[in-house]
Amino acid sequence: MTLITGSLQLGLLYGIMALGIYITFRILNLPDLTVDGSFALGMAVGAVVTITGHPVLALLLAMLAGSIAGLVTGLLQTKLSIHPILSGILVMTGLYTINLFIMGGRANLSVVGNETVFTLMERLIVQMGQAKTALALILSIGGALILSVIFKTRLGLAIRATGDNEDMVRSSSINADLTKCVGLSMGNAFVGLAGALICQYQMFSDVGSGSGMVVIGLASVIIGETVFGKRGVTIGLISAVAGSIIYRIIIAMALKIDLFPSYALKLISAVIVMVALSGPSIKGLMDQAKIRREVKNHLK
Amino acid sequence: MLKMINVSKTFYKGTANEKKALNHLNLTLEQGDFVTIIGSNGAGKSTLFNAVGGSFLIDSGAIILNGKNITTMPEYKRAYEIGRLMQDPMRGTAPSMTIEENLALAFTRKAKKSFFALNGTDSAYFRDVLSTLDLGLENRMKTKVKNLSGGQRQAVTLLMCTIASPKLLLLDEHTAALDPATAQRILQITTEIVSESKITTMMITHDIKAALALGNRTIMMDEGEIILDIKGEEREDMSLNKLMSYYSNKKHKEFSDDRILLS
Ligand SMILES: Nc1ncnc2c1ncn2[C@@H]1O[C@H](COP(=O)(O)OP(=O)(O)O)[C@@H](O)[C@H]1O
Ligand SMILES: [Mg+2]
Repeated sequence: MTLITGSLQLGLLYGIMALGIYITFRILNLPDLTVDGSFALGMAVGAVVTITGHPVLALLLAMLAGSIAGLVTGLLQTKLSIHPILSGILVMTGLYTINLFIMGGRANLSVVGNETVFTLMERLIVQMGQAKTALALILSIGGALILSVIFKTRLGLAIRATGDNEDMVRSSSINADLTKCVGLSMGNAFVGLAGALICQYQMFSDVGSGSGMVVIGLASVIIGETVFGKRGVTIGLISAVAGSIIYRIIIAMALKIDLFPSYALKLISAVIVMVALSGPSIKGLMDQAKIRREVKNHLK
Repeated sequence: MLKMINVSKTFYKGTANEKKALNHLNLTLEQGDFVTIIGSNGAGKSTLFNAVGGSFLIDSGAIILNGKNITTMPEYKRAYEIGRLMQDPMRGTAPSMTIEENLALAFTRKAKKSFFALNGTDSAYFRDVLSTLDLGLENRMKTKVKNLSGGQRQAVTLLMCTIASPKLLLLDEHTAALDPATAQRILQITTEIVSESKITTMMITHDIKAALALGNRTIMMDEGEIILDIKGEEREDMSLNKLMSYYSNKKHKEFSDDRILLS
C-alpha cells in the first residue's frame, strides 16, 4: 500500500515535470536539454525560499526561475542561431554553477523543520498521507487542465503550429521566434515547479538531482502515449502525468522484488526511451525483411 | 502599390559559386494588377518572391509596399500584408492540426480579439469560405490536414493566404506539384479568388498559355533581370510563338526546358 501511495505521489509530482517535457518535446518538437538544469534550479530556488518560511512563494519563484532558464535557451536558439540541442546543453551546464551559487556554494541543502506546501496541506486535511496525495493530484491535474486551456488560445495554437510547421507560422505573420521562446519558458517553468515540489516533498535539495531528468520525463511521456495513444493536446498532457505514475509504479515494484539495484534507474529509463523511439524503425526493418523473404520465395 | 527599386541579390558572394540571382531589378505593380511571371529555371523568379516576402534581406536596392519601405522588415511582419503560396503543398499548412485550426491560425493576424482561437463566429466564416472551394471540405473542418490530398491541401493553403485579405499575393508555381486535373481546378479557384478579392497578385508559372491567358500583365525573367514586360494590347497581340521567339532572339538560344515548350 505504501509502495503504491508513494509511487502515486512521486508519479504525480514528477508528472508536472513530464508536462513541461510534453510541451517542449511533443508540442514544440524541440529536443530541450535545459530540463536537467532547470529541475535542479527549481529545487535550489525552492529550498532557499522554503527556508525563509515562504513555501508557496518558493514554488512560484521556482517556476519563474525555470521559465527564465527556458527563455535563455530559446534566445540562444532563435536570436543567436545556436543548435537547439547545444543551446539546452549550454544552459544546463551554466545552471550547475548558478544552482550551487543559489544554495550558497553547498551541494545540498536540507529544508527539514520548515513549513512546506505539504505540511500546510496536512494541517488542512488532518489525515496524514492522503494530504500529500491530494495536493500532488490537484497540482498535476490542475496544471494539465490549465495548459490544455492555454493551448486552445490564439497564442497556444501558434505554439502548437510552430512545432508542426514553423514556415507556416511565419507566413501567418506570427513571430515563430517568440512562440518558441514562450513554449520553452512554459515548459521549463513546469520543470522548475516540479523541482521545488520534489524538494519540499523529500525535504532536501541536491545540486546533482537534475541529471537524467530529460530522459525520465521523456520516458513518462512515451509510456503515457503507449497506454493512451497519441491524441489531442489535452489527452496528451493527462497521459504524460499518467505515464509518470506508471513509470514510478513499475520502478518501485522492480526495486521491491530486487529486480535491479536502485542505481540502475537511469539505465532503465534510457532503455525505455530507446525501445519506444526505435519501435517504428525496428518494425520497418522487420517489414523489409519480410518482403525480402517473400520475394525470394516467389523467385524460387 | 509594390515598388522594387534597383534590387540586387547575390548568393555565395566572393566564392566560385557566386550567383547573381537578382540583378538591379526594377518593378512597379499597380493596385489590382494580376501579373504572370515566366522564365527558365534559375532565372530568379522565386528569388524575386523571396526578396519581396522577406526570406532574406537583399544586398542593395529598396522594396516599397503601399508607400511603406519594407526592405529590412522581418519576414513574419511582411506576412501581415503579403500572402505566399509555394509549389510544395506540404509547406503551407500544419499537418497535425485540423483544417479549422490551420485557418484560425492564418486568420489570427486580422481576426477580432478572442480568448480561444476557435470560436463560433470565425468557424461559420471558415465554413463559408471553404464551401466556395466546392471540395466538400466545409464538412471536414475537424480533419487533420495531413489526411488531405495534395490538391486539397493546396486549396486550403490558398485560402489561408487570402483569408486575412493581404494586399499582395505571391503564387510560386503553386500548381506544379499537382496532377493536371487538380492543377486546373486549383488554377480556376485561384482566378476566382483573385478576381473577387481584387488582391494584387504575382503568379509564377511554367505554363506559358496560362501566363498569357490569366491576369493583365506578363513578365519574363532571365538571369535575375526582367527581359520582357507586356500588358494591354501588346500582350493581347502576343502569341505563344512570338513570345518564344522573343525569348530566343533576346538570348540567342533556344529553350532548353522541355516543360516550357510542351506546355
Ligand atoms: N537560398 C539560396 N541560396 C543559394 N542560391 C540560391 C538560393 N535561392 C536561389 N538560389 C540560386 O539563385 C538562382 C535563381 O534561383 P530561383 O530564383 O530559385 O530561380 P527560379 O526562376 O527557377 O525560381 C539559381 O541559380 C539558384 O540556384
Ligand atoms: Mg522557382
